[in-house]
Amino acid sequence: MSLVDISDLNVTFRDQDVGRHILRGITVAIEEGETFGLLGPSGCGKSTLLRVIAGLNRDWHGSMSLLGEAVAPRRRFTGKLRRQVQMVFQDPYASLHPRHRIGRALREPLVVNGLDNPDKRVTEALAEVGFGPDVASRYPHQLSGGQRQRIAIARALLLRPKLLLLDEPTSALDMSVQAEILNLLVTLKARFGMSFVLVSHDPDVIGHMCDRAARMAEGRIAATFDRPALAAGAAAAR
Amino acid sequence: MTNLPLSVPVAPNRLSLSKFARRSPSAAIGAALVVLILLVALFAPWIAPYDPIAQDIANRLMPPSAAHWFGTDSFGRDLLSRLIYGTRPTLMLLAIVILLTTPVGIAIGIVAGFYGGMVERILMRITDIAMAFPKLVLALAFVAVLGAGLVNGALALALTAWPAYARQTRSETVSLRKSDYLAAAEMMGITGPRLLFGHVLPLVLPGAIVRMALDLGGIILIAAGLGFLGLGVRPPTPEWGAMVADGTQVIFDQWWVAATPGAAILLTSFAFNLLSDGLRDLMDPRNG
Repeated sequence: MSLVDISDLNVTFRDQDVGRHILRGITVAIEEGETFGLLGPSGCGKSTLLRVIAGLNRDWHGSMSLLGEAVAPRRRFTGKLRRQVQMVFQDPYASLHPRHRIGRALREPLVVNGLDNPDKRVTEALAEVGFGPDVASRYPHQLSGGQRQRIAIARALLLRPKLLLLDEPTSALDMSVQAEILNLLVTLKARFGMSFVLVSHDPDVIGHMCDRAARMAEGRIAATFDRPALAAGAAAAR
Repeated sequence: MTNLPLSVPVAPNRLSLSKFARRSPSAAIGAALVVLILLVALFAPWIAPYDPIAQDIANRLMPPSAAHWFGTDSFGRDLLSRLIYGTRPTLMLLAIVILLTTPVGIAIGIVAGFYGGMVERILMRITDIAMAFPKLVLALAFVAVLGAGLVNGALALALTAWPAYARQTRSETVSLRKSDYLAAAEMMGITGPRLLFGHVLPLVLPGAIVRMALDLGGIILIAAGLGFLGLGVRPPTPEWGAMVADGTQVIFDQWWVAATPGAAILLTSFAFNLLSDGLRDLMDPRNG
């Protein structure tokens, strides 16, 4: 069984009584251990698909199973599923609570989920993304964009997810920092044995990172690419 | 991976007094006045030169002099001492109103804004109903039913003061609800009261505090209004509004009897307004 199994997924948003069809009959399977790319123009529904998989958008129709567990629409993720599906958001300036120090942002998920030794785990999590323990006493606004994104990655890894969802994790960052973040993600993926779903509008990022990818357009999957095709630059071709 | 150095210098996050004064002089003046008024209320028995309720009919309606700096009222009581003691009921009423209203208003606003739907509709309609009552008129009715007194007046004010906080907090919460950091918290399994009061509250609190500081000036005026109408604390306890009412009978000949407590009300209200104005600038998260 695949790690993510989605068939005939539909999402409509009601916008002033006009139903807007965001996702139309998406069927996709994502295997364990792979990096699956989603690319397409803005508004094509790739972020919506990611938020459905993340459990943030629960208003959908169709069938979905995550990590071998059938998921029902309108149901909040709990327990193991909630811990094992995590996400890194696009904008590192908006994904960290502006009034919480880094230490609290990392410690609270551990406490809430009842993990032992939270202080030691926070230090380890910071070390995983290349920070010393002293950064725990800072506020997000005291860090640069790339630093914040590394903190956001550390937070996403705290609960040891099996599936990490990446919503354009580098598009808000400088070119030089983008490579650093992508390399960090590749390293961490190998270390923790995760699977990635990577959303990007940048075909180069998808080509560099992904084993398989799908191009989306107007709420549908328009094309899928395997690794040889991606290596040949198929994602960039229109 | 080696530990990368943190390239960003850390700005000192502590708000020093001199920095506060430089950034917002008006707030500093307001804060200084508020502190002064608090100290006066706290140390009233030691500061006041006379007993505020001791009558001295031989020296009634005296103009300001070295013995009585602000003169005396129609019972010969020292106006300065009565002014000093008058800070106490005013501040007490403020404290009761604030303690009763802000937590209730903020809690209702956060819950309504975050959960939306039916919860929001019911809570906000209740808020609308409470908001529809005219403040002073309801206070009058309350005091008429329950009897004159500080606590009854404060209760009446509290009943009409909380909806403003609920509304403001709700709208701020609604705008936060879609934010990435709340989505991130939800993905970490942080829900319920922990999410509402650990994550939403710190972001809506500055707005509520500014609102509260702005309200304080108005509450002082209404408190004085209740006193003026004889519905505040009972005589002979000194209270500014009641003192103004006493002074109106002799306002053309002994104007200072009404003017001094009036000036005290003005000054206190003004102090809180200055402070709130500065707080609004300082508490803006973008200024952090």
